[in-house]
Amino acid sequence: MNTTRLHQWHVDAGARMAPFAGYDMPITYPLGAVEEHLVTRRSVGLFDIDHMGQFEIKGSGADAFVSRMVSAKIDDMKDWDARYSLLLNDRGTVIDDLFIYRLPGAWWIVVNASNRAEDLAWFNAHKPSDVSVDDRSDETYMIAVQGPRAIELLDMVSDRSISDFPRFTSGNASVLGVSCLVGRTGYTGEDGVELFFPADDAEKLWTGLLAEGERRGIETKAIGLAARDSLRFEAGMPLHGHEISQDIYPLESGFKWACDFEKDFVGKAALEQLAADGVKRKLVGIEVQGGVPREGYEVQSPEGAKIGVVVAGMFCPTVKKFAANALVDPAFGKSGLDVKIVIRGKPADAKTIKRPLYVPAYRR
Amino acid sequence: MDIDKNARYAASHEWARKEGSDFVTGISDHAQHSLGDIVFVELPAVGKTIKKGEAFGVVESVKAASDLYMPVSGTITAVNDALSGDPALVNREPYAGGWMIKYTAANPSEFDVMLSPEAYEAEAGKE
Repeated sequence: MNTTRLHQWHVDAGARMAPFAGYDMPITYPLGAVEEHLVTRRSVGLFDIDHMGQFEIKGSGADAFVSRMVSAKIDDMKDWDARYSLLLNDRGTVIDDLFIYRLPGAWWIVVNASNRAEDLAWFNAHKPSDVSVDDRSDETYMIAVQGPRAIELLDMVSDRSISDFPRFTSGNASVLGVSCLVGRTGYTGEDGVELFFPADDAEKLWTGLLAEGERRGIETKAIGLAARDSLRFEAGMPLHGHEISQDIYPLESGFKWACDFEKDFVGKAALEQLAADGVKRKLVGIEVQGGVPREGYEVQSPEGAKIGVVVAGMFCPTVKKFAANALVDPAFGKSGLDVKIVIRGKPADAKTIKRPLYVPAYRR
Repeated sequence: MDIDKNARYAASHEWARKEGSDFVTGISDHAQHSLGDIVFVELPAVGKTIKKGEAFGVVESVKAASDLYMPVSGTITAVNDALSGDPALVNREPYAGGWMIKYTAANPSEFDVMLSPEAYEAEAGKE
């Protein structure tokens, strides 16, 4: 089992630890998953996400290589821009989802911990001789600072005004004396940043940010993976293995927007064929009464016929609803329809709803 | 872990307490702590008769759903309606505001053989 450099800090803070993607990670702290979620929505949450991987892709052929490997349009990205993309296989299903940063002279690609090895092998298998792909995950630490007061806190402790970074851009800055790549990105639906910096400085930056938040009267708390999941779910963001996976086409889960059909990319031909044939299921949001919908639960029509399955579901603390994402028969793939979710053997009344439940702060 | 010295306990972490001629049941502080944030509680209909060891309801935390087991056979006389609006009462006050059911016992001697507070504390402490 891998551990992050903050592992002992989490244990000392009383966190409930559990394995996630090969790492022993904090799931909740004594504050509790619901309150951790709400703190991030009202002030600042700090997330140890060092399990995430980072690749650096360089070389004279790097622009063309990255463009062909990922689904999103990237040839219009300027230095320091950051963008969401999918990494597809030849069948057009999703190996992983990525955040891509264009840095001067290099592409910086953030990948999910559980897919890191497969992603690296996939890039390397397609790499021409004039491109290098280096896994920088071990020497790079990653912390997310998220919430409506995150930028205010960052501005106070950085040598540059982070508030001047537009959403989905990045830049170098010294934060509490630590040299960081600062991305104005995140996975919570709140404004904030993701910090990349030398792993040896993990504890200094983590404890420093918590202390500075407290000293300056900005409520700042450590947040575990349970709240990270409910935050991303409410904000309509996918989690690989749930809304997207190697068994799900991006056109089924509403990610056509992340695919640039004007360019060539791995998986494009399969997706064009699928678009012509029509998808056989669609991702839909569902609100349910009478319990917590969970992964694997059956979705039924009002008449009781099976129409799909829940891929993720939970209590959503901000909107105070029990909600699921489910892959269903396309006829049920729009909002406002009555359906049922079988919760612990009993069909419970449910209704398809608009996603996301919580519109990200930076999109309002 | 907090222990209510006036209650007796089941190995499955429910407590039972005599209140007048009825019994009251909820889950222990140890149980609510293990479950984490509780977001939903399903309770039986008043008037239902449930045997000792059978499920009387379900408690759902952020991470999982768990059955609740009747510690003493009986007939439900009241359920805690406050839990539908504020299930976290079970986390905050497991022995008070977070009570779940009241019932008349079919065989009160089943209460007498439940774990004492001291025995339960020793058992739960091993987990």
